[in-house]
Amino acid sequence: MASLTIDNLVKSFGSVDVLKGINLEIEDGGFLVLVGPSGCGKSTLLNCIAGLEKITSGEIRIGDRNVEGLHPSKRDIAMVFQSYALYPNMTVRGNISFGMEIRGIDKVERDKAIQEVADMLQIGNLLDRKPSQLSGGQRQRVAMGRALVRHPQVFLFDEPLSNLDAKLRVDMRTEIKRLHNRMATTIVYVTHDQIEALTLATKIAVLEAGYLQQFGTPDEIYNDPANMFVADFMGSPSMNLINGTLEQVDGSLQVRIEGHGGSSIALPVPETDEMRAHVGGPIVFGIRPEAMTDPDGADRTSPHIETRDCFIEVSQPAGSDTFALTPLGGKECIARFRADARIELGAFSPISFNMAKAVYFDPATTKRIR
Amino acid sequence: MSIPSQDNAIQSGRLMRVAIYVLLIFFVIYYLLPLWVMVSNSLKTLDEIRGGDMLAPPKDITFEPWRQAWSQTQIGVEATGLKPYFLNSIIMVVPAVTLSTFLGALNGYVLTKWAFRGSNLVFGLMLLACFIPFQIVLIPMARILGMLGLAGTLGGLILVHTVYGLGFTTLFFRNYYAAFPTELVRAAQIDGASFFQVFWRILVPSSGPIFVVTIIWQFTNVWNDFLFGASFSGYESTPITVALNNLVNSSTGVKEYNVHFAGAILAALPTLIVYIVSGRYFVRGLMAGAVKG
Repeated sequence: MASLTIDNLVKSFGSVDVLKGINLEIEDGGFLVLVGPSGCGKSTLLNCIAGLEKITSGEIRIGDRNVEGLHPSKRDIAMVFQSYALYPNMTVRGNISFGMEIRGIDKVERDKAIQEVADMLQIGNLLDRKPSQLSGGQRQRVAMGRALVRHPQVFLFDEPLSNLDAKLRVDMRTEIKRLHNRMATTIVYVTHDQIEALTLATKIAVLEAGYLQQFGTPDEIYNDPANMFVADFMGSPSMNLINGTLEQVDGSLQVRIEGHGGSSIALPVPETDEMRAHVGGPIVFGIRPEAMTDPDGADRTSPHIETRDCFIEVSQPAGSDTFALTPLGGKECIARFRADARIELGAFSPISFNMAKAVYFDPATTKRIR
Repeated sequence: MSIPSQDNAIQSGRLMRVAIYVLLIFFVIYYLLPLWVMVSNSLKTLDEIRGGDMLAPPKDITFEPWRQAWSQTQIGVEATGLKPYFLNSIIMVVPAVTLSTFLGALNGYVLTKWAFRGSNLVFGLMLLACFIPFQIVLIPMARILGMLGLAGTLGGLILVHTVYGLGFTTLFFRNYYAAFPTELVRAAQIDGASFFQVFWRILVPSSGPIFVVTIIWQFTNVWNDFLFGASFSGYESTPITVALNNLVNSSTGVKEYNVHFAGAILAALPTLIVYIVSGRYFVRGLMAGAVKG
């Protein structure tokens, strides 16, 4: 077990920079999730950690050891691939023991280790089957078994659940979490699924276009996004990013937002120096759907609730909640009402804004205004 | 307006079927005719061949021509039959096929899984070997064999066939391994497997179909080759194709057609057996690259 440090990592393919100076650090036993849209460089970053791609500049340290130029097998890592990459010509037993065989571990010890892993993952009855005779979930387990048997310093997972169906994915997610709690080994996990990221991680790194957009705990990423990309990417349905104008009325700041048909609402804004610099200009008011509720459903522990009348156009019942769509700042915004809240369509209804959860962005730079 | 009844439909189907079968049987006979002529005449006495119909079955079957062809007839100066030349061919074919197949597999592995700058160019140049007419290389090759001290030896022929087989074997294996998942290679690397361990333990065991295709292809090509055999073999290293030609073209004495027929069948037998035994794998293997699963 070891910590993992990535220092100013740059990776280029020819003249194209895929990773542009990444700094990350995950403590011993942590669960780091790399998340981002397709092509953001997250898999490349994982391959760099594994040693499957050469880094252009910067440094990767596992524990105290700089792994630059070290062969993948010498980095004390284990990897679970998206396609599982089980050797098709070997049985499950062969797959799990292959690495130990290569390292010259004797048969008795190998069998003991295989049995241990098989018990942990409940694949004891599959040991003599070929990968082609296994279901998707079973293959996934075998792939994890092959990684577990190494007792590595760091586990690397490359979108391990993306080939499973929705139900199995949730089950395996729980299993991975349980496994991590039990083994307490450092894990680096790549996914494009933000729910997976939020549920599994102790630290999340959000990547986009080769840049690290934000690095923090799931709570920081969700509640305190550094920029509009992170705010929009994490959470489902995603955060409402509402265009408005910052006004100063009687010495206090407020954001004015256009509503339905020429109407508008104004909401108070925290009075910081940074905010004052934007008076008279456009700002983006960000608020998650669950912070826009019917007044009865508003969070009673919140120190600051503002209620405004908004025009409800569409409602989408989703079982546990009902989503109400209202035009604000020229866009459809989603508010999350209680399932049994009465919604009158095509009319103005009061919506409670939990201002303690609101965040503000500069539309020019997409950065947070704090 | 008459509505076509189902009876009619079935009957016309049956008629069609009969026509197809008649045609197919005709072609089967047509294609088998040469084999029939060869087999039946190799079992006749010389007198019977001279006196009669080529297509007729033998009146009294004799295996004498086969024995003659195999071990007694005069080829070149000595009356050895085809036996030593048959052995020459086997001694030449087995290493040539083995070497070219494994080198092709190794090339395919490197070109797909360890691609280097310019690897596609290298592959393109290797493909040229599939298209270069062999006549062009005869003289340079003779020179090189001479320099290596391999002129007129079986070792020289093995080298020539290995080199000229590489173009095709590399093509076969490169295309097969291009579809082989790279993640498997990476997984094996993380497991600590070396370059050759990945090759032997991961790729080779999954390459059955393409090995069959390559081996059949190389075996028939090397076995049936005449040009290189005639150009580069010596007195002790003549392959069977050249020996057969010497037998049939010998201008002294009586033309023993029955022995010639038997000799020709002997020379063709190994490739025939290879096709019959593994022909279906050949077709399956050729399809394997095209269709996934």
